[in-house]
Amino acid sequence: MTDTTTTDAAATSTAPTAAGPGWRQSLGQRLQQALAFGTLIALVAFFSVASPNFFTISNLSSILLATAVIGILAVGTTFVIITGGIDLSIGTGMTLCSVVTGLLLTNMGMPLVVGVLGGIAFGALLGFVNGFNVTVLGLPPFIATLAMMMMAQGLALVLSGVRPIYLSGVPGFQQIALGQLVPRIPNAVLILFGLALLLGIILTKTVLGRMTYAIGSNAEATRLSGINTRRWLLGVYALAGACTGLAGVVMASRLSSAQPQLGMGYELQAIAAVIIGGTSLMGGRGSILGTLIGALIMSVLINGLRIMAVQSEWQTVVTGIVVLVAVFADNLRKRRAEGGGPV
Amino acid sequence: MTRLLEIRDVSKGFPGVQALQGVTLELSRGEVLALVGENGAGKSTLMKILSGIYTRDSGTITVDGQEVEIAGPREAQQLGISIIHQEMNLLPHLTVGQNIFIGREPRLGPFVQERALRRRTQALLDELGIGLSATAMVGDLTVAQQQMVEIAKALSFESTKILIMDEPTSAISLSETKVLFRLIRSLRERGVGIVYISHRMEELRQIADRVSVLRDGQYIGTRDISDVTDAEIIAMMVGRELSQRHDDRPRPRRAAEDVVLSVRGLSTRTLLREVSFDLHRGEILGFAGLMGAGRTETARAVIGADPMTDGTVTVHGKQVRITGPDVAVRHGIGYLPEDRKRHGLMLEQDVVFNLTMSALRSFRGPAGFLRGRKASEVTDSYIESLRIKTPSGRARVKNLSGGNQQKVVIAKWLARDCDVLIFDEPTRGIDVGAKEEIYRLLADLAEQGKAIIVISSELPEVLRLSHRIVVMSQGRVTGVLDNEGLDQEAVMELATKNIDEGAAA
Repeated sequence: MTDTTTTDAAATSTAPTAAGPGWRQSLGQRLQQALAFGTLIALVAFFSVASPNFFTISNLSSILLATAVIGILAVGTTFVIITGGIDLSIGTGMTLCSVVTGLLLTNMGMPLVVGVLGGIAFGALLGFVNGFNVTVLGLPPFIATLAMMMMAQGLALVLSGVRPIYLSGVPGFQQIALGQLVPRIPNAVLILFGLALLLGIILTKTVLGRMTYAIGSNAEATRLSGINTRRWLLGVYALAGACTGLAGVVMASRLSSAQPQLGMGYELQAIAAVIIGGTSLMGGRGSILGTLIGALIMSVLINGLRIMAVQSEWQTVVTGIVVLVAVFADNLRKRRAEGGGPV
Repeated sequence: MTRLLEIRDVSKGFPGVQALQGVTLELSRGEVLALVGENGAGKSTLMKILSGIYTRDSGTITVDGQEVEIAGPREAQQLGISIIHQEMNLLPHLTVGQNIFIGREPRLGPFVQERALRRRTQALLDELGIGLSATAMVGDLTVAQQQMVEIAKALSFESTKILIMDEPTSAISLSETKVLFRLIRSLRERGVGIVYISHRMEELRQIADRVSVLRDGQYIGTRDISDVTDAEIIAMMVGRELSQRHDDRPRPRRAAEDVVLSVRGLSTRTLLREVSFDLHRGEILGFAGLMGAGRTETARAVIGADPMTDGTVTVHGKQVRITGPDVAVRHGIGYLPEDRKRHGLMLEQDVVFNLTMSALRSFRGPAGFLRGRKASEVTDSYIESLRIKTPSGRARVKNLSGGNQQKVVIAKWLARDCDVLIFDEPTRGIDVGAKEEIYRLLADLAEQGKAIIVISSELPEVLRLSHRIVVMSQGRVTGVLDNEGLDQEAVMELATKNIDEGAAA
């Protein structure tokens, strides 16, 4: 009995012990990130060799810009997925938030700050409702957020009158996503990286982050440890919702309009990015850095294939294959790591 | 004459553990062989080899003189080996008949012939003298009745000649045990060979012909039950003479101290009726009873994990409404669940993560940031003081042994500094040495003034630890006893007290 303990433990203790606060990521998670990062580098290298138009500053900049919206959705929803939940409403929710921002800025003539914060706050509200449905009403996250996905889509169409809301007349709004505080890098990209940094810190260094992992690892044990899991879950869904709102604002800014027909399918791309980044759909395991890499892998792939003149239909097929390969590789690694002991 | 079953020099290893080493067993027709040994002695592994779930590394198994390979459960069945597992494999939403003949239903084309199924089941039940209806839903039956169904299922295979029973009485009452024994005796007369796994000495005396002992995966020996004393069997099991056990009991408590927790008239929708008890400072209060008596349910209702329909909870003289475990903790009540792995730990996370879970508030710095260094220091201090065997606080809890996992759960609650600690099966799945350590730890905690509830299915454990004992049966408290000169029989009598009429099989 003690034998197994020592051998397994020896494997664990070979990992370097980080000194900082919070707790060190497990070795496995680092491996997964290294794997994902390696894949990203390999993809970039491959496309750079394959096409002279790939590794140019303007193309890299456009890849980053294309990553921004999906990336913002993905880092937010990483929290939900680590708790063992899922949020299908982030795509159409994002659209609804951009419509809300559009209406605040045009029909209601609100100042820019109110429009932006209003969109983000509305997203947080959507997330809060999701959280309420999951924790208080006890609906499975899949169902609760599927319903929200449909409601958000419908509401976006109703509120906008099924017409785009043009925002090019709102001074400064376009600068949110497309301005360049740093030369050649659109602000949307800065927003993504800034948000990822913030969420990464929240996830690894704060109580909210700890609860996110705890609930995903074992919700009942967390509850029996005397923790109000409902309250923390509500917080997690609201946080993810706020990210949805931010994504809506960035999206509207980038397009200079709120497009009520858009949004469906973004949730799946965001979830795919999270999964490629090594976050487990079973909960309890995952990281923001991984998600960021996952989102980048997807945009590099799509951009590269486009530059190589692969049909867009095939781009989607390849993305699907990447999801399969990523999850399979992760499972393979896990099975190796855990060995075939008695069950 | 050839033996019915012969196991020779069977070994089985798992990465890091030698579960069985050269084990030998013999079973004759019409014999009941008791197989005993502590947790981890290798009984389950041996049974899994016989049922084809594991394959042995070496050694031979012969049935009726024929050497056999048991490749899977189906092959085991064909060889006439049936196993009744401790955790039952019945489907609650199907009837007794549907369960017994699952996968072998009498059919007409694609259709199941329910009537034939019913007839065959009833005939089987009647033949075995089991007073159950073929059409009863298994989910509605008592644990004991379900056990009968399992036995009937095992015997519904014409070929069954070897029956293995894994602690069949752990969940059933005395009267039900009598029915079970009657059934076993009639099987013995028919020439069925039975391997009977149990910890209960008095049962072995009633039912077994011979007893074989395993310890640490090794075969220790076989004796005729009539030639050997209980003490000798226990000595074979643990490898040493046990000193007089009763001396370990806690001394009677000093003059009555303040009541920390007082529960009155606690009822729940399904099980509990009018449960009342007091818990004092510095006291260990044992909860004894059979499985399903309502001990765990009482604890869960007190901490608000399950809703109570009636009753009051008073903490330190103030009546409180506890709506969830988080509220219970705020009132200083911590619960250490019976199923550590499912309800107590986050196995994939490390020791620090688990140990700081309940007291996370005290590790919170400004803006909700966690104070990692403090968490590590506190963890290290508990690793040292509770002697948790782990390479570091960063090791995943999954990789710790059962005893050390339990210590992590205990440390988690000590870090929270609760006044009341409810231990549900504190030593389940923990080996003997670690058990003794946990016992000492509990006694120390009480000595320091904590109020402790220990729920345990093992009577000797309750008697060993408690100052007083609450005995429950069928959702009610049937007695509160001072643990002075108390013996198992007195507790058992209250634990098996039948409140509703006619609940037994």
